[in-house]
Amino acid sequence: MTKQLLTLRVNGEPRTIAADTHHTLLEVLREELGLTGTKHGCELGECGACTVLVDGVPILACLTLPTLVGDSEVTTVEGLASAEDLHPLQVAFAEEGAAQCGYCTPGMLMTAKALLDTTARPTRAASLRAQGPLPLPLRKAGGTNATGAQLP
Amino acid sequence: MSEFSVIGRRLPKVNSWAHLTGQARYADDLFLPRMLYGRLLRSTRPHARIRRVDTSRALAHPGVVAVVTGADMPEKMGIMPSTQDETALAVDRVRYVGEPVAAVAAFDEDTAFDALSLIQIDYEDLEPIFTIEEALEREDVKIHDEAKRANVFKEVHLSFGDLEGGFGAADHLRDDWFFFERNTHAPIESHSAVASYGPDDKLTLWTATQVPHYLHRELEKVLGLPRSRIRVIATPNGGAFGGKSDPFGHEFAAALLSMRTRRPVKITLDREEVFYAHRGRHPVKMRIRTGVKKDGEITAVHYQSWLDGGAYASYGIATTYYTGALLTVTYRIPAYKFDGVRVYTNKPPCGPKRGHGTTQPRYGFECQIDKIAEDLDLDPLEYRKKILQPANSRTVNDLRITSMGLGECLDALQRSTRYSERRGQLGTGKGIGLAGSAYISGAGLPIYWNEMPHSGAEIRIDRGGGVTVMCGTSEIGQGSDNMLASVAAEALGVMPADVHVVSGDTSLAPVDLGSYSSRVTFMAGNAVRDAAMKLRALLVAAAAEKLEVPAERLLTAYGRIYDRDDPAKFITFADAAVLAESKHGTLVAAGSYKPPKGIGGSFKGAGVGPTPAYSYQAAVAEVTVDMDTGMVTVDKVTTAHDCGRALNPANVEGQVEGSAYMGYGEIIGEEQVFRGGLHKKPSLLDYKIPTSLDTPVLEAIVVESVDAEGPFGAKEAGEGPLNPVIPAIANAVYDAIGVRFDETPITAEKILTALGKRDRRGERKTRIGPDGLDAGKADPKRALRRLTASTDARERKRPVS
Repeated sequence: MTKQLLTLRVNGEPRTIAADTHHTLLEVLREELGLTGTKHGCELGECGACTVLVDGVPILACLTLPTLVGDSEVTTVEGLASAEDLHPLQVAFAEEGAAQCGYCTPGMLMTAKALLDTTARPTRAASLRAQGPLPLPLRKAGGTNATGAQLP
Repeated sequence: MSEFSVIGRRLPKVNSWAHLTGQARYADDLFLPRMLYGRLLRSTRPHARIRRVDTSRALAHPGVVAVVTGADMPEKMGIMPSTQDETALAVDRVRYVGEPVAAVAAFDEDTAFDALSLIQIDYEDLEPIFTIEEALEREDVKIHDEAKRANVFKEVHLSFGDLEGGFGAADHLRDDWFFFERNTHAPIESHSAVASYGPDDKLTLWTATQVPHYLHRELEKVLGLPRSRIRVIATPNGGAFGGKSDPFGHEFAAALLSMRTRRPVKITLDREEVFYAHRGRHPVKMRIRTGVKKDGEITAVHYQSWLDGGAYASYGIATTYYTGALLTVTYRIPAYKFDGVRVYTNKPPCGPKRGHGTTQPRYGFECQIDKIAEDLDLDPLEYRKKILQPANSRTVNDLRITSMGLGECLDALQRSTRYSERRGQLGTGKGIGLAGSAYISGAGLPIYWNEMPHSGAEIRIDRGGGVTVMCGTSEIGQGSDNMLASVAAEALGVMPADVHVVSGDTSLAPVDLGSYSSRVTFMAGNAVRDAAMKLRALLVAAAAEKLEVPAERLLTAYGRIYDRDDPAKFITFADAAVLAESKHGTLVAAGSYKPPKGIGGSFKGAGVGPTPAYSYQAAVAEVTVDMDTGMVTVDKVTTAHDCGRALNPANVEGQVEGSAYMGYGEIIGEEQVFRGGLHKKPSLLDYKIPTSLDTPVLEAIVVESVDAEGPFGAKEAGEGPLNPVIPAIANAVYDAIGVRFDETPITAEKILTALGKRDRRGERKTRIGPDGLDAGKADPKRALRRLTASTDARERKRPVS
């Protein structure tokens, strides 16, 4: 199998790795960069668990080839908190009990961050629309709380 | 002010920080040095003999390190010791499409996947069986040679009280058939296991399992490795719902591949494989006959169920009993008869899914109670309240009832939804429906007979006042780690965030039987409380001596041990720990829990149904039906749940809402259906679990009956709340359009059929559902005759032909 040298900007750091050309951004993040906070639920773009931000826009890492990301900034759940502080969303999710098994939570957090970065005071409907493609938030429950946690 | 410092507060879960920062390590997040990647080859045939397996080409493939097949692990295994009929990988026969047959370990996953196609299997096809009816009748095709009659896996008949007298005394009789469709758990985390066999001849298996202890036993049996050399670590499960509570082929395959290669091996299932691994909700056909007096008082119930078990036993013997066991714990039933039959078919094995075996009969029974209320012109909510099984009583099938909050749940729902005023008043296309239910807080018996505790816990206090709780529970997202920390913290007087939790590890923690049957809060909670109270006594004695205050006047909270009468007089928890350790030596205590004797009967089959405490719940659903498209929109589900005491209300509400969500998915469209043994929709795109946009507004109302035996009064909250949601939605759809849905799911297509919009004559139906076996296609009278013949045969003591 052919490997290619890739340089990605992930969570503010330049990272150079050799990856199989057909491997997705999801596989590269998890297996080459050890960023296992990004999860897989279907690897077919159906569940949203692998959502990460590329230049602030939520994308499905399982359907994205890393070469297409180019110089863009990739943000994963590991890049959400600063060294000093948790992101307000993380605090809100904890306080509202929004994470149950926590498996889908990184995808929800990244989706919520993108929403809040572009919409200062989203409505409940907007919040649901943003999470719309994700069946995952509610499977274990805490979904209602997760929606609440996204609202100011 | 609350008497508690931890219990009852909405504190963040102790493991939420790991979840929210991506630090939590699920099984597939583990990458060990020199690790190999495994994949399973699965059967493409629903029923076939394996003539020959040739792995030579796969083994020769560059990058492949080892290949194992069923012949390498021929020992029978399975979760229930009395019905072990599976092997880790198929040995000489496959019984469903998707059954694992061989496993490959390679340098990377792509290579392992490629190598699967190089394994040659020579199959000899056998005739498959796909329906309950075929399974009951086909003596000529045996899925398991051991089955005594056709393909019947288990047949049970239990009778309590004077059934004929009860029906004779009835003023009104209802006789209804129901069908509950198969559906599956669909946890977003697929199953994954990492095995590492070391040079010390010890095996460690990290796996997404709900039952590390039972898996530990099965690994010993199948691998021939003493249990003392095996360590199972249940990784945090990314959802499980019952789907990770069997021992699975990939777990044994990863272990054996690691033993062969002396390298760590990981096997992670893909989404399609998870659909075939299944062990989900059994499809059940049911007939319920209920006799009532004019005022609605039940005089007798005869409940019959036929379960399609799929190809193997799984928990099937328990599931079969559960379909009949818990119908008696909600409403007074003086005479009760239960007949249950579970059959084998050539489909993935069914097992336990949230509500295990009680969900299907509860759906049928609560729909029937709604019909009885209508027949007798009673308000369904008031009617249910009138016939409640009382607290501190025994049911006709000898189940001990203690705390019982169903009445309070119904009252809370009436206050919140004004159900009684709104029923029948919302206009065409809009409806409101109600149902009640109950569930167990853990099974009264373990799955293998023994006298040992069901749950054990150990607590250690270090010299800095740090508390470590060790318990074999499996954290499947239900919040068990936080429950352990909270109970220990409350008892000792520290905060949960100060407690370290070691769970799911068969080497480091005492046995807990597993995260199934909603047993963990009640049983592990009591075990932890037991251990904590022993240590608390030592700390309080040391503090009493130091403070010169009688021990009974001391309280513990917020890291202090203080005088009740003069809170300024205290010593810190850490100082008390040093004093106590100086006096008593290392501060370690163990606690355990075993359900009390006498909570159930002594007849054969009495082992399923008893529990130390039943949870109770009820739900009201509000729906809108689009009369043109047949689309059902569930606008809101309000669930009231008696959890005894909410140890963490936010977490209880999350469980109640999650249950409501899952029940909503089951009634509105989820179905695990097959065509010629092939899954029709083995992906999340086709198997439609609801998204955020589909999901109704969910409201959870916590009712606290404070159970006398639960830890701080707590009972279960994770499964029971699913049950009432399904019949509540069916009853709401009836209120909206006047059509009874006696089968699940309620799809738009079925609604249009009922409304006469899909049939040329345009005839409206008042009911969608089966009329007997054969899904109503056959003559219902003939189906009834056959049913009677099959279920009464044993009692008439006639030889079964």
